[in-house]
Amino acid sequence: MSQATSSGGVPPALRPWVLPVLILLLWWWAVASGWSTSPLLVSPWAVWEKALQQITSGDLWAALSASLWRNAQGFVAGASAGLAVGVLLGWSRWAERLVGPSFHTLKQISLFAWIPMLSMWFGLGDGAKIAFIAMAAFFPMVLNTFEGLRSVPREFIEVGRVYGFGFRQQLTRVIAPSAAPSVFTGVQLALIYSWLATLGSEYLMASGPGIGNTLIDGREHFQMDLVLFGVVVIGLVGSVLNAATGALERRLLAWRDRTVARY
Amino acid sequence: MSSSPGATASLPSPASVAPAHSGGTARWRPPLRWLWAWPFPLALLLLWHLSSVLGWAPEQVLPPPAQVFRTFADMVASGEIWTNLEISLVRVFTGFGIGLLAGLVLGSVMGLSSAARDYLYPLFKAFAQVPVIGWLPLLMLLVGIDEALKFLLIAKATLVPVTLNTCQGIQGVPNRLIEVARVYGFSRWQMLTRVVFPVATAPIWNGVRYGLTHAWLALVVVELLASSEGIGFLIVYGRQLFQLDVVLASVLAVGIVGFAIDRLLSLTEAWLLRWRKPGL
Repeated sequence: MSQATSSGGVPPALRPWVLPVLILLLWWWAVASGWSTSPLLVSPWAVWEKALQQITSGDLWAALSASLWRNAQGFVAGASAGLAVGVLLGWSRWAERLVGPSFHTLKQISLFAWIPMLSMWFGLGDGAKIAFIAMAAFFPMVLNTFEGLRSVPREFIEVGRVYGFGFRQQLTRVIAPSAAPSVFTGVQLALIYSWLATLGSEYLMASGPGIGNTLIDGREHFQMDLVLFGVVVIGLVGSVLNAATGALERRLLAWRDRTVARY
Repeated sequence: MSSSPGATASLPSPASVAPAHSGGTARWRPPLRWLWAWPFPLALLLLWHLSSVLGWAPEQVLPPPAQVFRTFADMVASGEIWTNLEISLVRVFTGFGIGLLAGLVLGSVMGLSSAARDYLYPLFKAFAQVPVIGWLPLLMLLVGIDEALKFLLIAKATLVPVTLNTCQGIQGVPNRLIEVARVYGFSRWQMLTRVVFPVATAPIWNGVRYGLTHAWLALVVVELLASSEGIGFLIVYGRQLFQLDVVLASVLAVGIVGFAIDRLLSLTEAWLLRWRKPGL
């Protein structure tokens, strides 16, 4: 496939930009030529102006901080509960036998189906939203913590035993390090799901500020520029969350590369 | 599950080969593993029942379990569940089909040609970064709240994992296999059908699996927000009328379908990857 790379006229470094620029040009042309008179066809420039207005007026910050704060509260509650249940299920065969099947059955219920129930139990305020976000973070956390503990190789534990490790050492030197990557995957998934849940809860329980409410308002008032801006913000927040957990994982789990080099 | 405990206790435990995770000594394995699954949900059910009998929670907030099951049975008997479920399933599988086809094509193109990957991948990545729920208000403005909205969103939910896994699966085919095939003088077509796709089946299947799970998730979201029929709509409808038994019965139906989809996927996987077993 190297022939294709050398025969193309566009240098590889520029290729990622070709399609986005084309789309932008097409969009610009569609607006400028009066191709459609629909009020939904706003110019890229209008979206840019909307973005500036949202940023400078502080509207964006108010909505985003409300969403992120909600997200953080729900995530911390759900992920720590998930970690505890995951450790319990991974540690004790009895707990797994008793609770495992119920857990796996419960997780089959599509997450968002819980929102109407939760809004009934916790009201339409922040309580229900946070409860829902916590639920979204809970399930991936339990699953991955459980997997992580179960996949600790038996040989490692036996080696630890040979060296006369006590329970504490076994836990901090053997079990925690080898379960950590899977637990981290759980954290990452829990963050993604809780962000989805934040948006979902703001759509379905539309009270109070939030970036999801910004989008719903934009849609209700046919403000295409606001909706498009909201979509971009959602995408950016998602990628920042991903990048942050990725960086944290590389930092915390850096020993994975080091241990090999040291011997 | 009507067999008496005594009748099955004498059977050898099928799970005795499962690897133990701690402790090197021979372990006692309790017979009747499946029985252990029951006390916990039964205790919850009992608690739920007690809470309604003793009036801990008003009926509007938590209807008694018997009432929920009765409502569920009524909705099954009257066909209310079936008609809405049928609508939902048609939506899921249409959207899933569109997303699957598009994802397989896009993923194959990006996996096989590095030039196509250079052009398409960044844009695809940006598109994937915004979740279904982020695209929803935009699409509602563009296409309204008809079936097209549901198909498009479910297709998007399917497309992303299928494309990613297909692309990575094809790129992950070991070079040595391709070299062997080249030594044997395989044509391009033979290379694809005999080497690349069989090897990539497992990762691609993983993508399909995620795709269907995400499709079901997306369906429920869309139906909760913008629909006048379907299983998700039943939930919203029950909520609006403050009929929590209808809500819970519908949630039960959503769970059963989710479970059925999971089983279907496991069975298909066993069939699809059956050729791998002897080798392992």
